[in-house]
Amino acid sequence: MTAVIDYGMGNLGSILNILKKIGHTAKLAKKGEDIAGADRLILPGVGAFDDAMKALKRLGYVDALEDKVVHGKTPILGICLGMQLFTRKSEEAKEEKGFGWFDADTVRFRFPQEARLKVPHMGWNYVNLHERTFAPQDQEERMRFYFVHSYHVVCHEKGAVMGTTSYGYDFASVIAKDSIVGVQFHPEKSHRYGMQFMRWFLEWDGYWDSREVRVTSDV
Amino acid sequence: MFRNRVIPFLLLRHDGFVKTRQFKDPTYLGDPVNIVRIFNDKEADELAIFDICASTEKKRPNFELLADIASECFMPLCYGGGIRSLDDIRILLSIGFEKVCLNTYAVENPEFVKQASGMFGSQSIVLSMDVKKSILGKYEIYTNGGRNKTGLDPVQYAQKMERFGAGEIVLCSIDRDGTMKGYDLQLIEQVASAVNIPVIAGGGARTVKDLGEAVSIGKASAAAAGSMFVFYGSNRAVLINMPSSKELDSVFREKG
Repeated sequence: MTAVIDYGMGNLGSILNILKKIGHTAKLAKKGEDIAGADRLILPGVGAFDDAMKALKRLGYVDALEDKVVHGKTPILGICLGMQLFTRKSEEAKEEKGFGWFDADTVRFRFPQEARLKVPHMGWNYVNLHERTFAPQDQEERMRFYFVHSYHVVCHEKGAVMGTTSYGYDFASVIAKDSIVGVQFHPEKSHRYGMQFMRWFLEWDGYWDSREVRVTSDV
Repeated sequence: MFRNRVIPFLLLRHDGFVKTRQFKDPTYLGDPVNIVRIFNDKEADELAIFDICASTEKKRPNFELLADIASECFMPLCYGGGIRSLDDIRILLSIGFEKVCLNTYAVENPEFVKQASGMFGSQSIVLSMDVKKSILGKYEIYTNGGRNKTGLDPVQYAQKMERFGAGEIVLCSIDRDGTMKGYDLQLIEQVASAVNIPVIAGGGARTVKDLGEAVSIGKASAAAAGSMFVFYGSNRAVLINMPSSKELDSVFREKG
């Protein structure tokens, strides 16, 4: 059973809607112990880094997730802030640290004045995917996803960058390592592309060997 | 490769969607869930739904209908109309809307914008303003669906709402609404250049070129339209339609 982690910070309605649409049943976890029996986890996230980490601690999720993900190698998907929580730290956070599952940090978008790019990065954008992943091989059309974020992940483990997106510069929009996947976009709000991604995650064998992956980009 | 958003604005009047002209004369379009399903099939970038009766009739949002709508939508959704409490916002976010739009109540109680953005984050709180131009050419904000004058200046009010934590601004020209005479680019440019948050231009779009100009000339971040996406031909026959992704690519200069 897939567990969607409710810690008061996510757009749970949208996540449950898309899972239902693609014919997948999931349960809502309300506290750490609820995820013990799950074989797949989804960590949504909308809001601020400090608030999210505090809520995860308060509800007993931090130890439960370390146990399930690091030791149990249970596949987990982090969406938006959920992905950022997988990194060591965020420039948004004043008090809390992340899970540190990736050699990665979360930073704010910074552009030269003349770029005239607004923050947050809000809207539809493309994801340039590594070949061994959720894009069908024969698909000519590029996959578009909905983004809304002011901070992004800088991943120092090159093999863990599964996809990149360009907004002012290229940033890591999909990261993966062992049984952990993080996406900066919102698959639950990305039409058929989002459904395709969710199906991939739900059928995924749960292992991404980042050491085998050749370096494709410099983010 | 980032394309500016194009957002259909849909007006809810009791149980049906309507389209107005200068905020009056609502034309019935059809059943909301059906219409939203069509926009979903056409892969609209985002949808915004405004209940045009809730504020004036002092009603809370129709959560039941909105939940039905959200369950059919796999794109970002914004709702405005009759929101007067943090609890209203909490419910809307939990049923699958990621943004809520404050208009009349934000003018009555600007502190509420601060509270709402503090609790739910700026990315969820959209400030919408309806603007009318006086005979002397001065812009002024109206509330309650264009009924009440406020004396507020759009530029100053937009800057204040940005300081109070609004994450986006929906800017509607009452004069252009439903006229399909093109956007009020002067108004859009004035507001968009005065704030750092995205401005969504609304009121007057007829063609794909208009959508592009809201961004290139008006400096808006996104272009909204109503009539253009729900009417077809000069007799305003109801037909839900959206420009193709290719057509939109042709008018938005690529950035990013």
